[in-house]
Amino acid sequence: MTIEVRNLSKTFADVRAVDDLSFGVQRGELFGLLGPNGAGKTTTINLLTGLARPDGGTIKIEGIDCTRDSKPSQRLIGVVPDESNLYPELSGFENLRFCAALYGLRKGKRTSRARELLRTFGLSEAAHRKFAGYSRGMKRKLTIAAGIIHQPPILFLDEPTTGIDVASARMIRALIANLNREGTTILLTTHYIEEAERLCSRIAFMVAGRIVRADSVENLMQPLHGRHVALLTLSETAVSIGRSLLAAFPDHRFAMEMPGQVRVESDRPFSVGPIVRFLEEAGIEVVEARRVRPSLEDVFVEITGIEADAMRREREKMGART
Amino acid sequence: MTAWIAFWNILAKDMRSYYLKPPNISWGLIFPLAWTGMFLIRTGGTVNDVISLLPGVMAISVLFGTTSMLAVTVTFEKKGRSFERLLLAPIPLELLMAAKTAGAIVFGMINAFVPVMMSAFLIDLSNVAWGVVVPTIFLIAVSSTFLGLFIAVAVSEVFEAQTFSNFLRFPMIFLCGLFFPLARLPWAIRPLSYALPLTYGVDALRGAVTGSQAMPLTVDLPVLAAFCVGLFALSLRNIKRKWIL
Repeated sequence: MTIEVRNLSKTFADVRAVDDLSFGVQRGELFGLLGPNGAGKTTTINLLTGLARPDGGTIKIEGIDCTRDSKPSQRLIGVVPDESNLYPELSGFENLRFCAALYGLRKGKRTSRARELLRTFGLSEAAHRKFAGYSRGMKRKLTIAAGIIHQPPILFLDEPTTGIDVASARMIRALIANLNREGTTILLTTHYIEEAERLCSRIAFMVAGRIVRADSVENLMQPLHGRHVALLTLSETAVSIGRSLLAAFPDHRFAMEMPGQVRVESDRPFSVGPIVRFLEEAGIEVVEARRVRPSLEDVFVEITGIEADAMRREREKMGART
Repeated sequence: MTAWIAFWNILAKDMRSYYLKPPNISWGLIFPLAWTGMFLIRTGGTVNDVISLLPGVMAISVLFGTTSMLAVTVTFEKKGRSFERLLLAPIPLELLMAAKTAGAIVFGMINAFVPVMMSAFLIDLSNVAWGVVVPTIFLIAVSSTFLGLFIAVAVSEVFEAQTFSNFLRFPMIFLCGLFFPLARLPWAIRPLSYALPLTYGVDALRGAVTGSQAMPLTVDLPVLAAFCVGLFALSLRNIKRKWIL
């Protein structure tokens, strides 16, 4: 195991931020910690990287016990925090060179590595502009570049795409996937379910400081493979129709996802036509009917009991804040 | 070797980003000049009295030069989270904090020699024991810097650091014998003077500049050095306890 965590716990005042956490990350793996705000993801990263001290449990990175002293492992790790924390008064180029110096890179290597990363992240033209003047997406990219300046074999990424535009987020996801392909072990925290699904080879669902389930995306999705889902968008909110639908189609499950939207589930393949006709005969117009593939979001909701909507609202709030 | 590359670059960045900025340089020049002028006018002295004021002005220049910027270099970076970058670097905390404070020490020492250069145009400094002045200035700069570090680590906001450091710095002007002999202080507050590192620094400087001092150099310098070690150790302990939660 490259990262090995056993019975890790951390309490702040009376809040148990991390509660008896155990997991392992294999070399070359892209492991995701997925959970809502306050689940303990950032605290976990802080504990693993030496920015916080655990109350109990053990942490090993590449076999080095970092529970009490993380200094011996810090050369092996790169950390990208949830907020861009570079120096506003320095340019992008100066920031990268300074971060390289913190890891003991010599002058020539510092300069060439900084130039290389600025090119990779599409920031060459802004290299000599002050970091304070960068856009949010540019700041995020440079923060990731700073995290990998010393080419660490292990990378911790805390919410790498939160609060940035779609194009930058896509580019960052591609870069993360590429880093992983090149052999970097990555531990990523996110509350974007699709991001975790797209990038990670294994995912741990984290709620209230605990991992409630950890497995490969394939295994997590397994129980949903035989499930068939359709979404119907109605022209009006029809709360009372649920009982009649259930009586008419007893083999199906119906849920009102949001006002005006009905989710239909069945363990067998089904046609939406009879349901649409039934609704229209009841005087409810169906604006749209579409089949959807069961997603990791469904697994997350089923296992954690946390509605995906709540996560979505949280991330929108965070996006607005950052 | 790699740790020293980090050390040098942290120091160089801080010097460039914080200390060698025009407002700081002008502050470093104006502040000692203003204090010398103020005390000359207040005492109604002549140019020859500059020699008796010089140790106090040097000490106060170091004290203010070192402590004023630490609130920014440490507290501000901690608040902006860029300090986390330093904590994540694979260098010992002791070396990291030494690098973070080295800029203040160098800046403080440069500040101390501004009044010396000004005085050189007015009075004869050939009798000054420079072999004592330089190490004493160094120790005052180190102890004042570590006092500033202790304050910076104790608070979480820049304004708190500035308020707290002023709360300590201004009484020190009167308590440490900078411009008034300790003998003239009320006996009840005299023990407080001996609990402050600057008292020993000023005494050693006075001895080196004017030839008269209250305590022997063998007391002044070791006590000052002990303050340096104690304040640094205390600050490191507080960083470990308060910042690495």
